Amino acid sequence: MTDGADIQAGRLNGAVLAENFADVHRPFDAAGAAVEASRCYFCYDAPCIGACPTGIDIPGFIRAIATGNLTGAARTILEENIMGGSCARVCPTEILCQGDCVRNGVGDRPVEIGLLQRHATDHLGGGGPHPFNRADDTGRSVAVVGAGPAGLACAHALARQGASVTVFEGRAKPGGLNEYGIAAYKVPDDFAQDEVAFITAIGGIEMRYGQALGRDLTLAQLRNDFDAVFLGLGQGGVRALDVPGAELDGVHNAVDYIADLRQADDLTTLPVGRRIVVIGGGNTAIDIAVQTKRLGAEDVTMVYRRGPEQMGATGHEQAFAQTNGVRIKHWLRPVRLEGEGGVRAAVFQGVELAADGALVDTGGEQAMPCDMVFKAVGQSFVPLAADGPDLTAGRIAVDESGRTSLSDVWAGGDCVAGEDLTVQAVQDGKVAAGAIADYLKNMGS
Amino acid sequence: MADLRCDFAGVKSPNPFWLASAPPTDKAYNVERAFKAGWGGVVWKTLGEDPPIVNTTSRYGAVAVNGQRMVGFNNIELITDRPLDVNLAEIKQIKRDWPDRAVLVSLMVPCEEAPWKKILGAVEDTGADGVELNFGCPHGMSERGMGAAVGQVPEYVEMVTRWCKSMTRMPVFVKLTPNVTNILAPARAAKAGGADAVALINTVNSIISVDLDLMAPTPTVDGKGSHGGYCGPAVKPIALNLVAQIARDPECAGMAISGIGGIETWRDAAEFITLGSDGVQVCTGVMHYGFKIIDDMIDGLNNWMDGKGYGRISDFHGAAIPNFVDWQDLNINAELVARIDQDKCIKCGLCHIACEDTAHQAISVSGTGPARIFDTIDAECVGCNLCAHVCPVENCIEMVPVDNGKPYMNWTQDPRNPHATAAGGAVE
Ligand SMILES: Cc1cc2nc3c(=O)[nH]c(=O)nc-3n(C[C@H](O)[C@H](O)[C@H](O)COP(=O)(O)OP(=O)(O)OC[C@H]3O[C@@H](n4cnc5c(N)ncnc54)[C@H](O)[C@@H]3O)c2cc1C
Ligand SMILES: Cc1cc2nc3c(=O)[nH]c(=O)nc-3n(C[C@H](O)[C@H](O)[C@H](O)COP(=O)(O)O)c2cc1C
Ligand code: SF4
Ligand code: SF4
Ligand code: SF4
Repeated sequence: MTDGADIQAGRLNGAVLAENFADVHRPFDAAGAAVEASRCYFCYDAPCIGACPTGIDIPGFIRAIATGNLTGAARTILEENIMGGSCARVCPTEILCQGDCVRNGVGDRPVEIGLLQRHATDHLGGGGPHPFNRADDTGRSVAVVGAGPAGLACAHALARQGASVTVFEGRAKPGGLNEYGIAAYKVPDDFAQDEVAFITAIGGIEMRYGQALGRDLTLAQLRNDFDAVFLGLGQGGVRALDVPGAELDGVHNAVDYIADLRQADDLTTLPVGRRIVVIGGGNTAIDIAVQTKRLGAEDVTMVYRRGPEQMGATGHEQAFAQTNGVRIKHWLRPVRLEGEGGVRAAVFQGVELAADGALVDTGGEQAMPCDMVFKAVGQSFVPLAADGPDLTAGRIAVDESGRTSLSDVWAGGDCVAGEDLTVQAVQDGKVAAGAIADYLKNMGS
Repeated sequence: MADLRCDFAGVKSPNPFWLASAPPTDKAYNVERAFKAGWGGVVWKTLGEDPPIVNTTSRYGAVAVNGQRMVGFNNIELITDRPLDVNLAEIKQIKRDWPDRAVLVSLMVPCEEAPWKKILGAVEDTGADGVELNFGCPHGMSERGMGAAVGQVPEYVEMVTRWCKSMTRMPVFVKLTPNVTNILAPARAAKAGGADAVALINTVNSIISVDLDLMAPTPTVDGKGSHGGYCGPAVKPIALNLVAQIARDPECAGMAISGIGGIETWRDAAEFITLGSDGVQVCTGVMHYGFKIIDDMIDGLNNWMDGKGYGRISDFHGAAIPNFVDWQDLNINAELVARIDQDKCIKCGLCHIACEDTAHQAISVSGTGPARIFDTIDAECVGCNLCAHVCPVENCIEMVPVDNGKPYMNWTQDPRNPHATAAGGAVE
């Protein structure tokens, strides 16, 4: 126990917590969806499509919603993005499709592509038949490591084309960060698990849990047992916060705490501090700040060492945090965390940008009293054993089809370079599946 | 402040906005509310012989476009379903209470002299300002030999109009059905019969939609549907043309016109008046929004007239008729090309794909994504306007005149016309 630190569970009652962690976006009803769909111009070679990492035919599916063809709309989405349901909920649309919607140009708000996508995909989520059929079994086998968005998208696409896929997942549950990382109010209820069930319903996918590469399996073994391997390992590590006091009680990795929150059966039992300091400027920082606030923390401050423009979190996310009562402070660098046993204060140094682009101290420290500190300064890829593929800048090196330095091993998602987004992971998995399918076809028997 | 007063066909009203004969004018309660709201006149819901007809449920169907409700509207109602003496007593009271408003009474009885004589006498006793002969209703009544069944036979129109003119001193309006091939035939017949005015249009024959589960046209009555009468904003273009055809017809000269069909705003009304309507009637507009829309109709027309320097309705009445010509009289040498304002363009590409797929391949695209540029190719552009219509940005595509130095020449004078004469005048 941290002496004097105010950390308690049950700051809010169950009913309030249920409200705070319910769906942040109100879904459209049929009439609302029809009206919103009618706002789409059905652009030629629509710019929004180019801004979607998975290249969904956006005007096509929106037109289908407008005509009442919801099944067709959902299929159009899922054809390019089998996780269209979670992407509809978690994509930062303001910097993707909606950011390039031409409606912005008429001084208007963009078409609500994300919410429309959700309307369409929810229509199929209702337990109907799977929208796609699996091709005849080709007799080829693929091992997919990691049941996150990248691995699941790859597994689905390959199974659909007739390969037999075995997914090895280190954790006890599938979904990756959809299950353990995404903010709870973006994917409430059991959405992540329902979606995995939907994806695997295509058939030809065997799921194996508690099977970690490097612990329970070796790459050599997989390469031997299967025709090809896809690695969708995500980023298991977190960047260290190199300041004195980082080991104090009450100092947490944001992603670990979020995983606990996502897995908690009863949020009233999850302890949270009264005063919170979050160090970092990305979406993870936003998510931990907002979620601790919604758990009942009284005072949550996000501290970032640069300005609002340089933050990894989008403007929309920053505004969302602020309307949730999170204070965001800029141009402060952490120097140490103080406390006896438990953290009691985070001390920062003011910084500014020098002419050469370097951050220089402006002198003068400020201490922020707190009960909990969250580190959200980035995740990192945990390299595999020596027989693994080559790395570049700390992640797995791949060509544009996702192929690694090993000719029968592909990789994608957060474990390779690129945007760390669910939708990008899905695209990586899909692209790699295409390349793997070609590879399997051309393999001698 | 412009003077909106109207005086035509022997009927006076404080403004040109009347309610058409329909549910909004079905009884004193509604008419009272309409007059309080400011409507200049009403044409009472069509009266017939007793016993009154019986209506079905449901009665109405509607077309919504992109969330805009009731762009088109249809009904399978018949004439009034209330006893004649009740209506007559209410009309009398209303006219007494609202002497400055126009109160016309719509009538539909079988095609024989006696019933017309009887009902005209009864209406005259109410003090109403005139009658409107309903020759237009396309459903229900026409099957009984009334309404459109009369309006579609010019001889009947003339005959009944003549009877009525001889039986009453009240002004006689003849309401025309649009469900004819040539509107001039019934209009000229009305003129020949002595009508003081024609009122048009009544509703257009229609099936509004099919219920794909019930496998029946809508609105459905116990699983079956019937054809009904179409009205509302969607029919305005049809009505404008028919009104203008009559307004410019020398044979119809001297007969007033009460314009009806899709009128919901002062602008709609102004358009009808420029094409020869002396006043206008509204039905769907008030059934959709209530009587209060009269406020903006009066205010908007006033402000527009003030801006244009028109002191009274007659200052712009028929003003667009001289410019309403037949195709062969248009200047074939006038040339326009599309011009895209690149600063306004939002890169939706609708103009490009419309011209590329369906018109003249006159809009090029260069670059990709949000940075692409759409531009017109003057040499290919035929000036059809399609792109300007599809462009979602107001005034982004302008049709600009090309100064080709060519003089006015119409098709009758065009050497490309095998039937052209040097002096013009050949009719294709
Ligand atoms: C807190 C947080 C919030 C986020 N919010 C959003 C958001 O709102 N919107 C958005 O688009 N993106 C968001 N992201 C990013 C997004 O979640 C990731 O980009 C996406 O999940 C990457 O998918 P992936 O399949 O590559 O990796 P992961 O989702 O990380 O999945 C990797 C899977 O592999 C398993 N695994 C790892 N190593 C092994 C091994 N050795 N053997 C077997 N299995 C292994 C893991 O257990 C996991 O299930 C967020 C990320 C975080 C951390
Ligand atoms: C429900 C309904 C009932 C109507 N009943 C009559 C009628 O009894 N007599 C008549 O002359 N016209 C009748 N009409 C036609 C209207 O008077 C009017 O001519 C037509 O609706 C076109 O005008 P609008 O587009 O403003 O509605 C009716 C229209 C509607 C919608
Ligand atoms: S850019 Fe906007 S308006 Fe155009 S197709 Fe995409 S969503 Fe529709
Ligand atoms: S006016 Fe017609 S032909 Fe000319 S660019 Fe536009 S659509 Fe094409
Ligand atoms: S339709 Fe209008 S806005 Fe769209 S690309 Fe063409 S000019 Fe630009």
